Amino acid sequence: MLAFLIRRVLTMVLTALCLTFVVFYLTNLPPNLEKLAKSEASTRMSDADVASWIERNGFGRPMLLRYGEWLGVVPGWTRTEDGVTRGRCIEAGQDPAAAPLRCGVLQGDWGFSTVFKQPVSQIIAERLSATGLLMLWVMIVMVPTSLLIGVLSGMREGSRLDRGLSIFSIASTATPEYVSGVVLIALFASTTTGISPWLAEQGWISGKTLFLGTATSALDSGITFWNFGLPVMTIALYGIGYIARMTRASMTEVMTAQYIRTARLKGVSFGMVVMKHALRNALIAPFTVIMLQFPWLLNGVVIVETLFNYKGFGWTLVQAAGNNDIELLLACSVVAVFVVLMTQLISDIGYVFLNPRIRVS
Amino acid sequence: MDALSWGQIFGRIAWQFWPVWAALILTFAVSVSFKRRLGLYGKLYDSPVGMVGFGLVMFWVFTALFAPVIMTHDPLTQVSGMKNALPGFPQKGAEGAYYLLGGDNLARDVFSRMVAGSVLVIQIAPMATIFAFMVGITLGLPAGYYGGKLDTGLSFLANQILAFPVILLFYLLVTPEIVASGLPQYIGVVLFLFPLIFLIVLINSRLYVKPALRNLLVGLVVVIGGWLYLSLLSSPDTRIDLLPPQADALEIPGNILIVFVSVVFVNAPTVFRIIRGLVLDIKTRDYVAASQTRGEGPWYIMLWEILPNARGPLIVDFCLRIGYTTILLGTLGFFGLGLSPESPDWGSTINAGRRLLSIFVHPALVPALALMSLVLGLNLLADGLREESLKD
Repeated sequence: MLAFLIRRVLTMVLTALCLTFVVFYLTNLPPNLEKLAKSEASTRMSDADVASWIERNGFGRPMLLRYGEWLGVVPGWTRTEDGVTRGRCIEAGQDPAAAPLRCGVLQGDWGFSTVFKQPVSQIIAERLSATGLLMLWVMIVMVPTSLLIGVLSGMREGSRLDRGLSIFSIASTATPEYVSGVVLIALFASTTTGISPWLAEQGWISGKTLFLGTATSALDSGITFWNFGLPVMTIALYGIGYIARMTRASMTEVMTAQYIRTARLKGVSFGMVVMKHALRNALIAPFTVIMLQFPWLLNGVVIVETLFNYKGFGWTLVQAAGNNDIELLLACSVVAVFVVLMTQLISDIGYVFLNPRIRVS
Repeated sequence: MDALSWGQIFGRIAWQFWPVWAALILTFAVSVSFKRRLGLYGKLYDSPVGMVGFGLVMFWVFTALFAPVIMTHDPLTQVSGMKNALPGFPQKGAEGAYYLLGGDNLARDVFSRMVAGSVLVIQIAPMATIFAFMVGITLGLPAGYYGGKLDTGLSFLANQILAFPVILLFYLLVTPEIVASGLPQYIGVVLFLFPLIFLIVLINSRLYVKPALRNLLVGLVVVIGGWLYLSLLSSPDTRIDLLPPQADALEIPGNILIVFVSVVFVNAPTVFRIIRGLVLDIKTRDYVAASQTRGEGPWYIMLWEILPNARGPLIVDFCLRIGYTTILLGTLGFFGLGLSPESPDWGSTINAGRRLLSIFVHPALVPALALMSLVLGLNLLADGLREESLKD
């Protein structure tokens, strides 16, 4: 087990290094740096000015060396001009001698965002907590619903209930977030269509709409059913179908097992058999699926946060990528890649624990 | 003129789609009468779920085919006075002309844009999926069959791409700066090579005992395929401008090519993993051992013994993957990446319509429902195929 863990962690580190280098390389291509120079200094710079700005601010060094700087294994650049020494690790007004030699991710210095004008680590921490809140509610809604649907449709294969729920799961996997978001807003959050005008007319809701079409206010004035219901539903809907189908597949398999028949013949009631005998064994496979859903949710989070204007991690990623905010984008990709790799690891380990028949080596 | 009622709107829309209905009825009538002779495709007509799915998919395929007849307006023309018009609103100054599903915020006809959007999806999604399969098959077969270092290396590469969040990858590949540096085109150079390699190896492994025929066919593939390869990749005024315009067989706008490349790039590693898993399972079978004993070459075994026996899961996954590709294309459009902002594809239209979503619902809702029905059709079709292929 330990050897397996060490090997997996080493692969993870290697993967993370490769991926961050790819992101670093792509965001630091010459046209991107020119754009950065123009947005940071002046939009009307001549090409020669741009080249000298890039050179003066340490962007002119070889790519691998600069990646090392960002990582914190290579000493940061310093440059003395007119008696003033500036450098990657030297803050404005700081004595160059007192500045640290290296400053990178390993030293906990994630850089400075050019779009939000704040330290990257601060932005990432804030936005991640906002997204964490969203994810928490998505999980609270998604996991029980999908397990319930899967178990209900899997316990009697081919029944009418099974057919109906299967169609629902297929439909929900066929509806990406940007489609279900639009449909849900049209149904519940529009003043002209859907059920909101009718509900308001009946006097059953106090506001104009049942749900709010944006989730911006959730961060300022707290989460309510009104402003958080739609984003949560939108993300959960896409995941429900997939998990439910996996649960159904494993449930139908368990229900045909010998020990279930034995229990039935012994005279245990159907409900008891499902609850006591089938459920535990049927939930092993969905565990892995739920864990592997995290990377998918990440995707959904980006779309939903953009659609509902919720300023979380996904929204930040889009802003950083759209405005070529190099250091913020790098931090975002580190977080994203970390989440993906971590969930893979946890699902592998969890699977071994839940199913003693699996050996790792 | 008065605005149309909902009944009239649906009546007119149904009438506009008449070539599609005719083609659908013809397809179903012919297929049902010959279904016993059509193999797996014929069996599809035994499963109601599969039939509904197939019907939905073919509806959009025929819509894309007959798009010029179905559209009531030009998808890019703006008509004054029709901004955010409600469904069924009559066009001023033109007798009998209606915006059947209303107008968007640039006064274009939502119905015609939806129909025009289907053309883009039906052109790109299946083709991109085929390319992704070619790449995945050509790399996945040897990885699973030989194992060892080759497998470790290729799997590591595939996992790298899979660990990337898709949207970040799109942003990195499709932003104008990176497009200008030619990177997506270089990826295309590598990816589009695989269909050629696949076909050549396929022919060579089967016909190496008949060198004359083999040489002829391989020569044909190299000449025709090579020409298509070059004309697919080269587009004027970019980094790769290889062919003179006269010799360029395919006029593909640069941005569509980039969208195509990035979608293939995202899909290929998943296909690779599926193929590799299937090969690992199938290569222990007796018929593989038999052909090894017979002295067949490794590529013959992979392509003519293992691959045909993996077709069931692959066909099902192919249908699902077209649906997934459609979703990816929509995602690209939704973030305004790659395609031009006025392109009528469904993702871009949803993106344009969502700004006024709480007041005018129809510009975003129509393409959203269209996209959903196509993907739903593909998923139902895959489900039906899976059920039918498991029966025998």
